[in-house]
Amino acid sequence: MLDIKKIRAQFPILNRKVNGMSLVYFDNGATTQKPQSVIDAEANYYTDENSNVHRGVHFLSGLATDKFEETRNTVQAFIGARHNHEIIFTKGTTDSINLVANGYRTLLGEGDEIIISALEHHSNIVPWQMCCKISGATLKVIPLLDNGSLDMNEFDNLLSKNTKLVSVSHISNTLGTVNDIEAIIEKAHNFSAKVMIDGAQAASHVALDMQKLDADFYCFSAHKLFGPTGVGVLYGKEEILNVLPPYQGGGEMIKEVSFEKTTYACLPHKFEAGTPNISGVIAFKQAIDFITDLGVSEIAKYEEELLRYVTAEVLKIEGLKIYGTAAHKSAIISFNIEGLHPYDIGLIVDKMGVAIRTGHHCTQPIMDRFNIPGTARISLSVYNTKQEIDVCVKAIKKAKLMLS
Amino acid sequence: MSAIQEIQTEIIEDFAMFDDWMQKYEYLIDLGKELSPIEEQYKTEDNLIKGCQSRVWLHAEHTKGKIIYTADSDAIMTKGIVAILINVLSGQSPSEIANAKLDFINEIGLKEQLSATRANGLLSMIKQMKIYALAYSN
Repeated sequence: MLDIKKIRAQFPILNRKVNGMSLVYFDNGATTQKPQSVIDAEANYYTDENSNVHRGVHFLSGLATDKFEETRNTVQAFIGARHNHEIIFTKGTTDSINLVANGYRTLLGEGDEIIISALEHHSNIVPWQMCCKISGATLKVIPLLDNGSLDMNEFDNLLSKNTKLVSVSHISNTLGTVNDIEAIIEKAHNFSAKVMIDGAQAASHVALDMQKLDADFYCFSAHKLFGPTGVGVLYGKEEILNVLPPYQGGGEMIKEVSFEKTTYACLPHKFEAGTPNISGVIAFKQAIDFITDLGVSEIAKYEEELLRYVTAEVLKIEGLKIYGTAAHKSAIISFNIEGLHPYDIGLIVDKMGVAIRTGHHCTQPIMDRFNIPGTARISLSVYNTKQEIDVCVKAIKKAKLMLS
Repeated sequence: MSAIQEIQTEIIEDFAMFDDWMQKYEYLIDLGKELSPIEEQYKTEDNLIKGCQSRVWLHAEHTKGKIIYTADSDAIMTKGIVAILINVLSGQSPSEIANAKLDFINEIGLKEQLSATRANGLLSMIKQMKIYALAYSN
């Protein structure tokens, strides 16, 4: 059993007031709050360790490099990657997807197909549209069923020998649907297509094992798992990353440079041009340690309990409809109340200290699918409590009363 | 004092009566509900204002030297804000609208009550109303 009180004590921001009320932070799908250990690590880097990585012979450069690489090893262990050079540090999930999509521009041509799904975040749609436009490849989309899960029969129909890449999210940021990525990977591999998984919403909620999962690419952002903003991970299988052309040119990513010809550095440096977010990467280790200390399965169990509770409680509100009712869901509730605009609801509950997200959540195709302008979204994390859910539900009821 | 300024003063006085955010919000909701509806034919893509999270349609007509605005929004609080703007600017002459200083927004705490994106939408609304005014003042 997790000691939630002890967990909350590690997050200083949870003590603050918003509009004179205790903060109830239910926008974890957008970003999570940071534990003191992460905040301290960031500060400590600039206080005591600041130096550029992989470059200097001096003491501090060595120290910064060691700590930077320590995070890489920690990420490798966290996601069960075979090699530490299969872990590329990026700016975030969006950057990771762009890195791969940019590389595929030259690997694909006319007649090739990329498959994504109808519940993707815009950052797992637009890079592929750009890739298709330049390469001549075609983009196909797995449609959604009414409960917010993917139409796997249609996925079977879309797959063919032309399919070169499938890119889908592990968990939908809007609907909370946990996709059956094991099945997706297996089916795609039967057609020799590569698979990229957008794990932005999954990495702190689901235990990951890249070798077992057999995904070709997997990516996520540090800031959604208690780490700093501006740091992301791209995992890729060694043999595929070796083939993928580099994303950006610059320092650190080269072996030899002359004006006639440049050869690229080995993995992971080939994809890490320029000075990275060193403090962020170093602090990110603390975030992963925080998660592994609690245990991902323990976190998942507690969040499941919160999801059951919040689902039951919000459904008591008359006229409330939940979008995304798949059997396997993460602790995300997207909802609307009949006759009310989600924006009005969000604005009023904010006044009562409750932070929820409203809008299309960067997933306009999902909104179109359900023919709605947006939803209000509650997304929970391990430091949230049932008492907070009670406060949130009360605030929603108040909003409904004011708006009706 | 110009008509626009007089109306602004009235609005500031109205809002000064409220003790807390809840009363302000309830007032906005009421104003939204009372706003005369826009004709359906004007709820077009072209009349949508960019920069708002909720959808806002704004239509302007020029008759007898005055501009008459009608508007609608799918969010009621946004509609309340639109209603105030219409209250201030509709029925005035193009040059008065174009030159109007809308200082009431800061005075009634509307800007601080609204999130950054919402305040952006508010600015977009004002900008669009003034664009219509400029178009008609030539």
